[in-house]
Amino acid sequence: MIHKWLNKGKVTNILIPLISVFLGIIVGAIIMLFIGQNPFVGYSALLSGVFGDVYYFGEMLRMMTPLILAGLAVAFAFRTGLFNIGVEGQLIVGWLASVAVGILVDAPAIIHLPLAILAGALAGALWGFIPGFLKARFYVHEVIVTIMMNYVALYVSNYLIRTYLLAPGERTERISSSASLASPFLQSITDFSRLHYGFFIAIFACLILWFILWKTTLGFELRAVGYNKHASQYAGMNVNRNVILAMVISGGFAGLAGAMEGLGTYGYMSILAGFTGVGFNGIAVALLGANTSIGVFLAAALFGGLTVGAPNMQSQAGIPPELVSIVIALIIFFVASSYLIRLVINRLQKEGK
Amino acid sequence: MSWMDILALVVPATVFLAAPLIFTALGGLFSERSGVVNIGLEGLMVIGAFTGIVTTLYLEGLGFGAWSPWLSLIAAVLVGALFSLFHAVASITLKADQIVSGVALNFLAVGLTVFMVRNIFGKGQTDYVTYRISRENIPLLQDLPLLGPLFFQRVYYTSFLAIAAAIVAWYVVFYTPFGLRLRSVGEHPMAADTMGIKVNKMRYIGVMLSGAFAGIGGAVFALTTAGNFAGNTIAGQGFMALAALIFGKWHPLGALGAALFFGLAQSLSITGQAIPFLQNVPQVYLLIAPYVLTILALAGFVGKAEAPKAIGKPYEKGSR
Repeated sequence: MIHKWLNKGKVTNILIPLISVFLGIIVGAIIMLFIGQNPFVGYSALLSGVFGDVYYFGEMLRMMTPLILAGLAVAFAFRTGLFNIGVEGQLIVGWLASVAVGILVDAPAIIHLPLAILAGALAGALWGFIPGFLKARFYVHEVIVTIMMNYVALYVSNYLIRTYLLAPGERTERISSSASLASPFLQSITDFSRLHYGFFIAIFACLILWFILWKTTLGFELRAVGYNKHASQYAGMNVNRNVILAMVISGGFAGLAGAMEGLGTYGYMSILAGFTGVGFNGIAVALLGANTSIGVFLAAALFGGLTVGAPNMQSQAGIPPELVSIVIALIIFFVASSYLIRLVINRLQKEGK
Repeated sequence: MSWMDILALVVPATVFLAAPLIFTALGGLFSERSGVVNIGLEGLMVIGAFTGIVTTLYLEGLGFGAWSPWLSLIAAVLVGALFSLFHAVASITLKADQIVSGVALNFLAVGLTVFMVRNIFGKGQTDYVTYRISRENIPLLQDLPLLGPLFFQRVYYTSFLAIAAAIVAWYVVFYTPFGLRLRSVGEHPMAADTMGIKVNKMRYIGVMLSGAFAGIGGAVFALTTAGNFAGNTIAGQGFMALAALIFGKWHPLGALGAALFFGLAQSLSITGQAIPFLQNVPQVYLLIAPYVLTILALAGFVGKAEAPKAIGKPYEKGSR
């Protein structure tokens, strides 16, 4: 019975993330036991920190918004065989660009808001273009370039804020209300969480990614390049152009994630002491979501929930909230090491026969 | 301000800031020369910094006094090597994507250490250590004209240790059988296997050495500069060490030079305010210099950087 069910490759693809999450949670429980805490108390505090109150649920959806977009950015690049570790930097420049347009431009909301969102996406796209171009033109590995670009983005953004946009409190002015994604309606139904319209933009972006990848010629070419660069070249595709395009679109998604923080959650940008972590979590989201739109959405829900619920674990059960980052890291390990899980599944299949 | 004054300000700061980068870049060298990408250097430094500080606090309590930080460096080496096994097992035995595994290691390191700090100290950061690794005047050499004030007065022994480590690493990697084996599994594992070299074993050693070196690098940073440990104590030094490794073209002395150069850039961004002709240069240029230079080096504008050929690929017996 079980082996027939396991035989389908698609099921294995769904099983691996599920088993990885399960293993991550188990190890998290062991760590709680190790420090003398009851895992059931810990995890139920975590859950009640997400679902116990409509406010926290709103905050989880709010938290999901940039995570979905960052996850889509990583996933899109992965599909073309590229690893975009630069989502963090692209997010930062996108955040800054959208906030800058939100502050400096004066226009009615119908123009101002799209313009600010577009500015974020374009800034991220530009930050993705550089590693894409260097990869296509000079065969430079995109991983190192994107890591370095993260730091350049961090320091340059801080410098620009400090020099041109500084307001009291080490941050920029607030954006004009005509560029804001804040939604009084969404806030009122979630007990005044910071949930904003960006959530729908993120869902829309999931559809866009799915559409580009599976319903357009461009998407077909990008996936083909991801599967086999040389065959794609032989088939007459312009591999270099596709590599650049993939990084540009990926960076655009990441920049959009930054715009959501700037125009939705905060309404301003602070001078950052370090990275936001959203970009790196985006890697986890994409990996767990197997680079599909629906997978990214679900993985973002999981990590958003874990992040929002963590403080409650601290206050109710006295478990440090960093347990959540440990669990997330372990989940990535297990997904990345799926070789082991595949091995076990194959063994089960053989025994079943 | 005379030239001598400027040099006396900049040179010691450069060597001092470069020391953690030198150690960590050498760690990355052993791992990457064996064919395993190590994006996890940052996380391994975090582990080293954590171990260095917590062990020092503990040993101080036991009455080891000024010996505590030095014994803690040894602890950081061991714990770093052990922790790097996560990366080794995932990327060598389980054939995980080495970059993903490194990213996960970075996450895990920060999460785990801050988790433990909260558990032990009940707050997000540790107490400050009483005995840091302190600045010393080197007997005799400090009286040398010119060189004395620049290199031998108020310096850290760890800086000399780092430079010595680079020279030793250079000898080991290029002039010993071990070094030849290490490089061979990173360039052509198939050929190495045919010659009877155990590819995976060499790679395990490479990764564990990276953990040991990055561990001491993190501990040196924590015990000379920071004085305590928090989640943001190590903020990018691991990636800067990776940049130094690439900028130095995967050569120990190259990495040493690049780390010193990045140390200089960092020291100028701190001491630059006191130096007349640098006062008007925005600090941001010096902050981003290491990263921009690495990108330029990779693109071939600063001489082509050639990575070990088999880097990033898990070795499968019998494959070509």
